[in-house]
Amino acid sequence: MKRLLSSIVLTALSLNAAAQDLLITNATLHTGENGEVIESADILIKDGEIEKISPRISANESITVIDAAGRHVTPAFFAGATVTGLSEVAAVREAVDSEYEDLFTDIMHPEFDIRPAYNPHTSVIPITRVEGFGYSLLTATRGDRSISGQGGLVRFDGGYDSFEGKPVIFVEVSGHAAGKTGGSRAVHWMLLKQAFGELQKGVELDLLSPIGRDQLRNATKNGVFVFNANRAADIMQVIKFAKTHNIKAVIHGGREAWLVADALAQANVPVMLNALDNLPADFDSLAARLDNAALLNKAGVRIMFTSGETHNARKVRQVAGSAVANGLPLEAAIAALTSVPADVFGARPRAAKRGAIADLVIWSGDPVEVTTLAQLVIMGGKIDSMESRQTKLRDRYLAIDPALPRAYLKP
Amino acid sequence: MLKLLTAAPLLLLSVSVLAEPFPSTYAPLPSSPTLITGATILTGDGGRIDDGDLLISNGIVQWVGSGDVPANAQTIDAKGRWVTPGIIDVHSHLGVYASPDVHAHSDGNEATAPVTAEVWAEHSVWPQDPGFPRALAGGITTLQILPGSANLFGGRGVTLKNVPATTYQAMKFPEAPHGLKMACGENPKRVYGNRSKAPSTRMGNVAAYRAAWIKAQKYIDDWEAYEASDETDKKAPERNLELDTLAGALKGEIIVHMHCYRADEMMTILDMADEFGYKLGTFHHGVEAYKIADELAANGVCGALWADWWGFKMEAYDGIQENVALVDRPEGSCSIVHSDSDEGIQRLNQEAAKAMARGNAVGMDIAPERAIRWITSNPAKSLGIDAKTGTLATGKMADVVIWNQNPFSVYAKAEQVFIDGAMIFDRNNPELQPVTDFELGQLLEVAQ
Repeated sequence: MKRLLSSIVLTALSLNAAAQDLLITNATLHTGENGEVIESADILIKDGEIEKISPRISANESITVIDAAGRHVTPAFFAGATVTGLSEVAAVREAVDSEYEDLFTDIMHPEFDIRPAYNPHTSVIPITRVEGFGYSLLTATRGDRSISGQGGLVRFDGGYDSFEGKPVIFVEVSGHAAGKTGGSRAVHWMLLKQAFGELQKGVELDLLSPIGRDQLRNATKNGVFVFNANRAADIMQVIKFAKTHNIKAVIHGGREAWLVADALAQANVPVMLNALDNLPADFDSLAARLDNAALLNKAGVRIMFTSGETHNARKVRQVAGSAVANGLPLEAAIAALTSVPADVFGARPRAAKRGAIADLVIWSGDPVEVTTLAQLVIMGGKIDSMESRQTKLRDRYLAIDPALPRAYLKP
Repeated sequence: MLKLLTAAPLLLLSVSVLAEPFPSTYAPLPSSPTLITGATILTGDGGRIDDGDLLISNGIVQWVGSGDVPANAQTIDAKGRWVTPGIIDVHSHLGVYASPDVHAHSDGNEATAPVTAEVWAEHSVWPQDPGFPRALAGGITTLQILPGSANLFGGRGVTLKNVPATTYQAMKFPEAPHGLKMACGENPKRVYGNRSKAPSTRMGNVAAYRAAWIKAQKYIDDWEAYEASDETDKKAPERNLELDTLAGALKGEIIVHMHCYRADEMMTILDMADEFGYKLGTFHHGVEAYKIADELAANGVCGALWADWWGFKMEAYDGIQENVALVDRPEGSCSIVHSDSDEGIQRLNQEAAKAMARGNAVGMDIAPERAIRWITSNPAKSLGIDAKTGTLATGKMADVVIWNQNPFSVYAKAEQVFIDGAMIFDRNNPELQPVTDFELGQLLEVAQ
């Protein structure tokens, strides 16, 4: 048996090693489901999956053992709605693929699927992953139409095709949210009703291409619609629209969602929010408040977190921590960061249990505390190198008075 | 006699950067002597006192540790709680990019010419920005409002006390020096380059700074020649608002705050300051400041930085989370955590906590009493108000925050905030929670 006492030893040893059988011992395991915390848990990982969770698992000789020494362990976190791998540098237009503008066609394109533009080798993935994040909602960002396009969940394992779950269509319904919609939020609803009308047999209004029509129709049956909406009244319109067209809706933004928490709970519409939003950023957000997440959770609404950031998506942990500091139970926050997004968007379950994908993180402390760090990240049974472009820059400049220029320091 | 009559107003003009138009009308709110007992006190200058007492009265810190207590002092039992100086943000756009973020509130960039040293951010400040009371709830007692970074010379910044007021003059930090906002790099060259105007390159940026400094130097020379002249019919140079500001910076009366990301550009700016004989105050954003931490410390220049923001533009591509800690590392350093954000300003303590944790993770051993300097005494130094606030030393303004716990935590909350000895925010008392005119009667207030 190879027993490793500290993750620091592991970082030197692993470097994106192949999936291996692992045993994590003595973890304080937050499973991410049903508020469950298992003290002194041993977690056996085989073939990239969780094989067994038990108070005491004896290991055979060949297995790598990681002693968590009582530290918190969770499934890898959800990084929120991002354009990871679609935007290497946000303000460098040549390096961004998450949106289109001024396309030569004049119609809506639900078939604008950003996934073929995804680059798994973006520096953003290791930078985000070493902070304990394992997956994200890849987003078609706001273009100039009511329907921005489609995306879906992506797993941060560096694969070219690491997409999961259902097709997700992104829809704008906030005022002035899209340049080509005439300046009234009522136009969104006018156009969306017409577009969905085209899905009915025999109705041809030409707001969609034939492929767009097929994909939108498919999404009404098998997909999820993420509506960007903050104003309580807009959220109520989404609930009504989703019911009329029998689609699965998710609210993104939801700054005033707490005002209509009961309606959201009743309609089973989840909310992906930034728990730091507490300013009247616009006239759709006059009722924004820090305990939005706590109030929604209390009303039975499923919540998820996002930060509005891609490069700094790691801030989602602080977002969740702020929700907890403002009344959300810690385990509800952990669920929002782990199992809920996978469930809402139809991916493999993320809650830590037998058969689940072994994407796990060992934390130095409370997983949503800002001074806590991810000490070890495991993706599908592979121990992460815990290195990124940023850790290399850090190590290059951490050295004091090197003899040669720092360009010769290649950590 | 005639000569005297004309000379008197001219003399005033020549020292216009020292006189204070739009003067502060700030007056501290009513206060009574307050004894805070049993707290963990971070004094802001690197000190820490466990189970410590603090007396504030007449608007100032009377003593920290032990001393006489007036009979009429109110006592706040702060056992288990932490006390710090009021938090200071050197980089805010509250009031000039106010919430709600509508076009009508876009008052922070006079992006009509690359050199607009003549504008003053204070003339754009909307005191009813809900961001002010939100920042107060995060412990912010002093903040500098700066123009944006579209221009090479964006204009003057203003330092405010974070008190609710109907006018910005009533918030204006008495006798605080003005700041001059300048900007390096991508923003100015993009804004003007996109209009096929100069500057469109980094070298264009530097050429335009130097041309402006040359004009300012001549302006100073003209005024000095005029003042030195004993000719009876001497004619005063024409006064120029833009050059007033630039001359004030060259003379060291206005502190230069330079938005700059890249290490190489910052070194260019330091050389330029040498060329024109002025002192650079603080580099703002400095995403690559860690690459020149020794040079910044050696030049006595502060770095006002973020904990973790990066990648939003090319010059922010090399951001690392250890930036604040690495800039703090050399002897004589002045590392600052700033916000540049209406969200970040509400939790500068958390931003500092993240930076501290990153430093500690690479073996720097940064204690809370050291890290608190990044959001108290160091920004006070950057703003030229360190003789008055930023630490809990006897005689300093009684700008004080009582936290529910160690402030370096996501769970930390400012419970009571004092400015000049007056409790102006109390998390446990709705009567001491200000609401702006804008928010009065709006949905949030009504629905709660």
